[in-house]
Amino acid sequence: MSSAVVSTSAASSRLFVFDDAPVGAPVHNAPVEPAPAEKMRFLQSALAHSQSSISQPRISPASVTPASRLAIRPAPEMASSGIPALDALTGGLPRGCLTEICGPVSSGRTTVFLAALAAATRRGECCVLVDASDALDPRSAADAGVDLHRLLWVRCGEGSPRKNNSPQSHRVTEQKKTTQGNASRASEHRLEQVLRATDLLLESGGFGLIVLDLAHLPPQDARRVPLTTWFRFRRAIEHTPTVLLAIEQQPIAGSCSSLQLQLGAQVSEQAMPRESSSRRETAAHARLLTGLQITVELACSRLERKPARSATFPTQTAWAAG
Amino acid sequence: MFACIYIPNFPVAAVLRVEPELRPRAIAIFEGSPPLEKICAVNEKSGRFGIAPGMTKAQAELCPEIVLRSGSALQESSAHAALLDSAQSFSPCVEDTACDTALLDLAGMESLLGSASEISRAIAHRISAFGLDANVAIAANPDAALIAARGFPGVTVILPHETADRLGPLPIAVLFADRLEGEERRAADQTLATLDRWGIRRLSALAALPQIALSERLGQEGLHLQRLALGSASRTLVPVEEPLIFEEAIELEDPVMLLEPLAFLLNRLLEQLCARLAARARSTQELRLTLGLELPQQSKFIRTLRLPLPMLDARTFLKLLQLDLNAHPPGAPIVKIHLAAEPARMRSAQGGLFLPPSPEPEKLELTLARIAGMVGEHKVGAIELLDTHHPEGFRMDRFAPGLPLKKPATEMSPPRENAVTALRRFRPPLHAEVTLENGQPVHLACRKEMRGDVLWRAGPWRFSGDWWEHDAWSRDEWDVALQNHALHNGESLALYRLVRDLLNGAWFVEGTYD
Repeated sequence: MSSAVVSTSAASSRLFVFDDAPVGAPVHNAPVEPAPAEKMRFLQSALAHSQSSISQPRISPASVTPASRLAIRPAPEMASSGIPALDALTGGLPRGCLTEICGPVSSGRTTVFLAALAAATRRGECCVLVDASDALDPRSAADAGVDLHRLLWVRCGEGSPRKNNSPQSHRVTEQKKTTQGNASRASEHRLEQVLRATDLLLESGGFGLIVLDLAHLPPQDARRVPLTTWFRFRRAIEHTPTVLLAIEQQPIAGSCSSLQLQLGAQVSEQAMPRESSSRRETAAHARLLTGLQITVELACSRLERKPARSATFPTQTAWAAG
Repeated sequence: MFACIYIPNFPVAAVLRVEPELRPRAIAIFEGSPPLEKICAVNEKSGRFGIAPGMTKAQAELCPEIVLRSGSALQESSAHAALLDSAQSFSPCVEDTACDTALLDLAGMESLLGSASEISRAIAHRISAFGLDANVAIAANPDAALIAARGFPGVTVILPHETADRLGPLPIAVLFADRLEGEERRAADQTLATLDRWGIRRLSALAALPQIALSERLGQEGLHLQRLALGSASRTLVPVEEPLIFEEAIELEDPVMLLEPLAFLLNRLLEQLCARLAARARSTQELRLTLGLELPQQSKFIRTLRLPLPMLDARTFLKLLQLDLNAHPPGAPIVKIHLAAEPARMRSAQGGLFLPPSPEPEKLELTLARIAGMVGEHKVGAIELLDTHHPEGFRMDRFAPGLPLKKPATEMSPPRENAVTALRRFRPPLHAEVTLENGQPVHLACRKEMRGDVLWRAGPWRFSGDWWEHDAWSRDEWDVALQNHALHNGESLALYRLVRDLLNGAWFVEGTYD
């Protein structure tokens, strides 16, 4: 075993152990692990040496707590996501933690978070949807079973063309042809609104589920959210019963999220929307979109170490469910 | 046992209530229209400078130390309401004797509030919390309490057997109210002059006069005055049930142009309002702020703050008003502030250990106001679906989870076996160019990631409505699948809802199934 040098940082009184192998010496590809008793003897001598060389309060080996006796952070309480297959895969959505749900268009992200909202409102919890792109369809939410009375909808964006959403003419306006710069600035503005609104809501507290819908934001814009922001969000909900759910195209929260789910659109033939007609008419008017097959992959879980697994579950359209 | 709350020099007290920083100064109140404005009330310090009621305003202005304020009926009304509110908090039977006087029936209150001295001190403490300096007196009958409050400063308790002896040293003038007008004032002045000619200047002297001789000269009025001087007059109170009006106002000498000093004044008014509401065990669900603007003349700026639940927190109200004024500034200097609160029963909530988490109403209201300032007033709230087939048939409603549900929980849809496929909308819908073949869309061109051949389609489904309105609508809907070009491998499909407006023939991508 190569000798080790123990150095003490005077500023922080921390011990650093360096491998003191001479320059040019062959590097051992497979380091030899010393016996535990030898390790303890070495540690004690190193501590005694550091205390004698620097005038510091003596640290007794007895005050060093072995790692085996350190307190383990309790596992967070799990809340049902409203989808049995998803609950079986992950155990539910962890409270006091950030969960990311990622996937491309038509991968089932909106279906999953609406099911989670429905389950939360059914439990009597107040929920928030911070909608970066103002994309929520209230009818879909109602069909999914969301109690709209308990859902707070924050519609971020440039500004609605009409204040009251009562039925008006369906002659919608032409899409504005904006330059790439204008679109980018609009996206930045929405993101700023989302982050500030989320800060205020987390500070207010009392919500069971907060959903940040960033699904329509381009990944390059969503990645502009600094990790410190996600860390701040995570710290704000720690030790609270709030579930924070982020919906994106790609994971952006890094190590701040405790659970990452990747939704995927199927490639196989089964991915094609199921046809309700048994005669397999080719005419479009005889076809009906009855549902999708959603695949969920547990991309990352910091709650417990388990191999990545996946689950598949069907969804039904509102008109097919009856 | 009866108590009397008397506010000496009421016009001055009403001004000092909203401007407490003037207490150390010499103050004079004037009334009337220019140039015939006259002094109607002064405080003690003004008296030392030789300022007296009846002088003209111009004469008073010669004294540089004098602070002149015009009499405000609104301020006096607020002070009078504060007087009644504090009286009501000690007894349900309160007589509104005069604008500066209230009489309370304290029968049976000893077991609840303590001894007479404790009650009188508590009343004095309560009235001073409203910013008013009052004399409080307790006696065996209402008139004795009234005379003692007018004659003795501070807190006075007169035991039943010593009423005549305690009232004896007081001057005759205490038998008459300060603010008599017209015929009553003339009659009172005449009686006072007559008694003064007789050398009767104290109540004890009046009490010692022979009854028959007194009645021969002054009639029944003289006998009544003698009974008052003896403290033996007896009558029942006439309680008046005042309508619950909670208003506070202040008129400014110099116009306020910035929101920060306005917030300072609003805070003072809100604290007074909340204290008065609390005294009546009330809270409020609506605040009306009326600002009198300097320009144009006599114009008013009105803002109404409606709360989802009854609240009583001056700091929360101030924050909400500040956020509202930041979003809707008055646009001109402010010369008058009027704040009114609609009283409501205090809310009561039964807490529980196992209830799901819910936001605190006060915090939630502030949070929603801040978010509304960012995204727009009508872009945050709860959703209410409308009874229509229009695809955007909903409206934004106030988010108030604490209010009772419009639809009972039992009528809500049960949990579904399978998750429901959701639609994500594009707002506004995206204009698209569609190539048709045999009347069916075969190629779609919209955004960069939404173009290509249609691999699968279903439809059309025809919807229309509001044909009787100006904004009738009619459309065909298609569900189409395209290759998902957002993915590098492009192996998945993207499902869209394609819409054709039958009124103008335009094609739009309304949303995506996700």
